[in-house]
Amino acid sequence: MRGLAVFISDIRNCKSKEAEIKRINKELANIRSKFKGDKALDGYSKKKYVCKLLFIFLLGHDIDFGHMEAVNLLSSNRYTEKQIGYLFISVLVNSNSELIRLINNAIKNDLASRNPTFMGLALHCIASVGSREMAEAFAGEIPKVLVAGDTMDSVKQSAALCLLRLYRTSPDLVPMGDWTSRVVHLLNDQHLGVVTAATSLITTLAQKNPEEFKTSVSLAVSRLSRIVTSASTDLQDYTYYFVPAPWLSVKLLRLLQCYPPPDPAVRGRLTECLETILNKAQEPPKSKKVQHSNAKNAVLFEAISLIIHHDSEPNLLVRACNQLGQFLQHRETNLRYLALESMCTLASSEFSHEAVKTHIETVINALKTERDVSVRQRAVDLLYAMCDRSNAPQIVAEMLSYLETADYSIREEIVLKVAILAEKYAVDYTWYVDTILNLIRIAGDYVSEEVWYRVIQIVINRDDVQGCAAKTVFEALQAPACHENLVKVGGYILGEFGNLIAGDPRSSPLIQFHLLHSKFHLCSVPTRALLLSTYIKFVNLFPEVKPTIQDVLRSDSQLRNADVELQQRAVEYLRLSTVASTDILATVLEEMPPFPERESSILAKLKKKKGPSTVTDLEDTKRDRSVDVNGGPEPAPASTSAVSTPSPSADLLGLGAAPPAPAGPPPSSGGSGLLVDVFSDSASVVAPLAPGSEDNFARFVCKNNGVLFENQLLQIGLKSEFRQNLGRMFIFYGNKTSTQFLNFTPTLICSDDLQPNLNLQTKPVDPTVEGGAQVQQVVNIECVSDFTEAPVLNIQFRYGGTFQNVSVQLPITLNKFFQPTEMASQDFFQRWKQLSNPQQEVQNIFKAKHPMDTEVTKAKIIGFGSALLEEVDPNPANFVGAGIIHTKTTQIGCLLRLEPNLQAQMYRLTLRTSKEAVSQRLCELLSAQF
Amino acid sequence: MMRFMLLFSRQGKLRLQKWYLATSDKERKKMVRELMQVVLARKPKMCSFLEWRDLKVVYKRYASLYFCCAIEGQDNELITLELIHRYVELLDKYFGSVCELDIIFNFEKAYFILDEFLMGGDVQDTSKKSVLKAIEQADLLQEDESPRSVLEEMGLA
Repeated sequence: MRGLAVFISDIRNCKSKEAEIKRINKELANIRSKFKGDKALDGYSKKKYVCKLLFIFLLGHDIDFGHMEAVNLLSSNRYTEKQIGYLFISVLVNSNSELIRLINNAIKNDLASRNPTFMGLALHCIASVGSREMAEAFAGEIPKVLVAGDTMDSVKQSAALCLLRLYRTSPDLVPMGDWTSRVVHLLNDQHLGVVTAATSLITTLAQKNPEEFKTSVSLAVSRLSRIVTSASTDLQDYTYYFVPAPWLSVKLLRLLQCYPPPDPAVRGRLTECLETILNKAQEPPKSKKVQHSNAKNAVLFEAISLIIHHDSEPNLLVRACNQLGQFLQHRETNLRYLALESMCTLASSEFSHEAVKTHIETVINALKTERDVSVRQRAVDLLYAMCDRSNAPQIVAEMLSYLETADYSIREEIVLKVAILAEKYAVDYTWYVDTILNLIRIAGDYVSEEVWYRVIQIVINRDDVQGCAAKTVFEALQAPACHENLVKVGGYILGEFGNLIAGDPRSSPLIQFHLLHSKFHLCSVPTRALLLSTYIKFVNLFPEVKPTIQDVLRSDSQLRNADVELQQRAVEYLRLSTVASTDILATVLEEMPPFPERESSILAKLKKKKGPSTVTDLEDTKRDRSVDVNGGPEPAPASTSAVSTPSPSADLLGLGAAPPAPAGPPPSSGGSGLLVDVFSDSASVVAPLAPGSEDNFARFVCKNNGVLFENQLLQIGLKSEFRQNLGRMFIFYGNKTSTQFLNFTPTLICSDDLQPNLNLQTKPVDPTVEGGAQVQQVVNIECVSDFTEAPVLNIQFRYGGTFQNVSVQLPITLNKFFQPTEMASQDFFQRWKQLSNPQQEVQNIFKAKHPMDTEVTKAKIIGFGSALLEEVDPNPANFVGAGIIHTKTTQIGCLLRLEPNLQAQMYRLTLRTSKEAVSQRLCELLSAQF
Repeated sequence: MMRFMLLFSRQGKLRLQKWYLATSDKERKKMVRELMQVVLARKPKMCSFLEWRDLKVVYKRYASLYFCCAIEGQDNELITLELIHRYVELLDKYFGSVCELDIIFNFEKAYFILDEFLMGGDVQDTSKKSVLKAIEQADLLQEDESPRSVLEEMGLA
């Protein structure tokens, strides 16, 4: 195509971007006029212009025409025209439905043509576009082509991969059937190209339908065995640089990773294969070319992946580990990188964990000397994976020292990893606190909030480290230039526990205060706000510094600070310190209560960074191992609450704190529950909801106090108050018997759906409830976003010799966060009209379940939380209400209208809010009240 | 499964792109720009693999051209590196010591060869012979047609 070559030369000769664009626009105009022209274009010209368009597209310009001409080329009888047409379509067409039908027609013809070249083109096009419409049209046809006896090998190959593509995009459209067993037997095919293509297809199918493709295991093993034992020339063109069929070997090994270790007979043969592959790695290379070693090692690494996947042959695992150990010092950067990566997974196997640990020095060395940051990153990952109690101090120290020079791109991740390891393997909490302060010193900017929040949580929850922590932060703050995060941690900890070191004249209250205040002016507003709180805490802890602090608070720079938060704190704290008696001060400024144990926020953050699967797997397997291998048993969480008596060996990250979703009946409508809070007897399951719980729940929608549950043993009463998006609920547990309840453990359970939207915080209660006594638990509630489900309160205890388990829904409903809004009739209807979108309105017509009493209805609407608007609705029998739902993230205006029909004993309830889910939920809740 | 393959020059000019998963034009452009920047910034002796977004990137430079593949987490990096090499060998064999200009002027051939070798992100056939045979057959078909095309061009058909 000379025209095309000329055009490409022209473009290449353009001296500037502008000239290029000009030339392209000229060409586009030309092509457009040719396509639109009266004269019918012949196939050759069409092909040429379509090809030019393709080239222009590849230069990065948008192409919005020519599709039709390309489709025309598909039905040409000339191979090259057809080919260019298909190329254009596979590169440019995504899923233009209008065209797809035409394209599908052309494909259908070519598939039926029995011309292998045309069939190949058609299959390629399906695989390239791969849209649902194509799957609908061809997913039934292609399996037939694939297994038909007279199909040519090359077409079989294309058909296998084409089907694979369709299965990936629309698995539901690919019918399983007789063909599946015949596809499995393609593993035995004479033609290695067919086997290669079929193995990819089988692997993906087997991942989703392991049962149906089980027979592929023995076939794959025997095929693999024949390949690895073949002489390097046996496979002719499928031997690549003296390595027999490396692609196929890798694919077969990958297929085997869809299954557990096979039956003994097959297993023996597989083990032989794997040993052969490991042995070959030790043989001298058959060629000096890098392609030879790459192909050989590609198979080796895939074999190691399979060995790790099976995780059952200690001998193979250790051999794999030794092999990777050799690669750690290989001169090829690629091999060092892959060895580090592969060892990470090996580190989590109990059989090879110890073997991996022996390479610690090499890995640390890699961290220090590797010139490529991506390799260093792998080294960090491996150190993290191989860390356990025995080497944690060394690994943490090395990571800290690496952090001083680490690349900026990976600093934050290293900080998170150090913080997690330091916490997880801390035997001695002073070491932990030291480590975190070091982190802040070295890489303060990369220490996220989660990390310094976490150190504070841990210090607050552990009496034994508080004094030491106070001393450590005090010393760290002596440095002339501290990172702001250190000031935050220091301020918080001294505010809580400064009294523990105040006895030493070198850290007297006044010195502590001056030390903190010397940093004050260099800090940002949030830190200053935190420090002001520290100061008021000092007023309580150390009456002797009260005048000094009052002077500071009284200064213009505080009381008249331009920042409203700082000003408010200064004013309020100053006032508080002046008017409150010592008793009141002591109550208001009491030490922070312990934080509820939950999954470490740092770990959550790392998971978010790295993708959940990698981190959890690592952690879980490591937990198992630390019991088995290190002989340092980690006791199952004690039956007492994890918060009140943290045992030093219990998992600090709270990883063990949340047992998996309880088996048995789901605690709430949402399915699996997640413990957000304190828990005890982790072995027990959560009881199903107590009978009648639904009714009781409904009674609390419009009121806040009352008895939530009662049986012969236990009474649960509630008192709650809500303001804006916050609330507090007092739960009273009454022991109605004369015998003690033991291990008394109430747990709040939020489903996965609910958890992000509703924050519940509470302290554990005393595990013993005396006969006839009542204990109280306070739940602090924060509505983060609108929610539908209700949390479940599960109570477990021992009464006499029996285990009691009760679950009730806790009546925390969306309407609790209502603030009533009064408005005039005109305003109401104006807003009502604004919310006229169909999604914004939810309506329910229902039969009255209670006598239709106007006063009761009014009381219920007010109890529901909205304002009851009188004289708004033209029909005086109707009720209208308005209010705003407050959540942390947003406020949602709500309007409601209830129309009673006395004759029919029916109601019609209409809710209009700016958010569909809110309208829906409020309508549900309120409908149940009448 | 391979997600996409890119060929680009040291100057950051894209020479070939093949996507194996439906991706919008906008997203494609963004990914190409971002990835080219990352790869071009790397020094010669560095490792051929890198983590990028949620993918693994395998790349190799041949003269002025970078061949760059994005694969998924469980895919084998080394075999992908050799897959690039095999593709270069195929181009080399077809064009006879291939250079960047061959690929620019015969981009459609470069596509056809790639398509014979890979399909839907998986290897279709690793035999050099089979792949080249398929391409040569196609070329033969083209030659059969050529005379006719010339005639048609002259308006004699």
